[in-house]
Amino acid sequence: MNKKAINEMEISFPSYSSNEAFARAAIASFAAQLDPTLEEICDLKTAVSEAVTNCIIHGYKDSIGIIYIVVKLYENRQISVKIRDKGCGIADVQQAMEPLFTTGGEERAGLGFAVMQSFTDKLTVTSKVGKGTTVTMRKYFSRRLTSNEQG
Amino acid sequence: MAIQLSLRSGTLTAALEGEIDHHTARELREEIDSAASRTKPKKLVLDFSKIHFMDSSGVGLILGRYRLISQWGGKLYVANLSPNLERIVSLAGLKEICTIYRRDENEQESNQ
Ligand SMILES: Nc1ncnc2c1ncn2[C@@H]1O[C@H](COP(=O)(O)OP(=O)(O)O)[C@@H](O)[C@H]1O
Ligand SMILES: [Mg+2]
Repeated sequence: MNKKAINEMEISFPSYSSNEAFARAAIASFAAQLDPTLEEICDLKTAVSEAVTNCIIHGYKDSIGIIYIVVKLYENRQISVKIRDKGCGIADVQQAMEPLFTTGGEERAGLGFAVMQSFTDKLTVTSKVGKGTTVTMRKYFSRRLTSNEQG
Repeated sequence: MAIQLSLRSGTLTAALEGEIDHHTARELREEIDSAASRTKPKKLVLDFSKIHFMDSSGVGLILGRYRLISQWGGKLYVANLSPNLERIVSLAGLKEICTIYRRDENEQESNQ
């Protein structure tokens, strides 16, 4: 996917938890240009919700910081979503991504990365302690038949 | 986000409505826990039929309520998950700690 994006958008906002719903709705609404199915949109919203929530409750645990999101649309119904915080970072990314691993206490399931992984087609996580975390997700929406092709 | 709590013969039912994420889960948790701690129900039913979005915070909500009512030996029931929600819940393997059912299945059960 080194091709040029056919459309892109950026948003940034403070890490208030009330922005979780805003972020997933904004990205779903932009992605609608690729005419995904309802299920594909639902998967994308869920994955975005996980990544944004992680910035809020882990990255910027004891403070409010800015969350940066870049969304790119490509030909052939591909989308990439990059979600970044300048928070505490993750010391051991591999361990963090293991299902059920959490440092978030009793109310966290430790399933955020597992959801991102199973609800998108490619997940990349880079992180540096003290610098922050970047999560990039790619998704390929199914090719719908046009009425012409259906004949 | 809305929640309706009802208590009937030892069963506390929490009918949830809206979207469950980390932001909305807190209010739901507080409402359910205050009612459950007061009434110590034998059965707690979390009804998801009016939830149209949920991320893994919803799984955390289920796990946390399981821990709470286990303190007095209560049993947890998770009702009416849509197929999308079921996919998230299945990542957690919740079947060992609670009963997951659809409303129609349950009605058949109680008719037998
Ligand atoms: N943006 C982030 N900044 C710092 N730590 C993170 C970030 N995202 C995830 N983590 C770490 O990875 C762990 C696992 O994340 P996740 O799978 O989403 O589960 P949960 O959010 O329920 O803890 C978190 O508990 C946290 O320790
Ligand atoms: Mg998470």
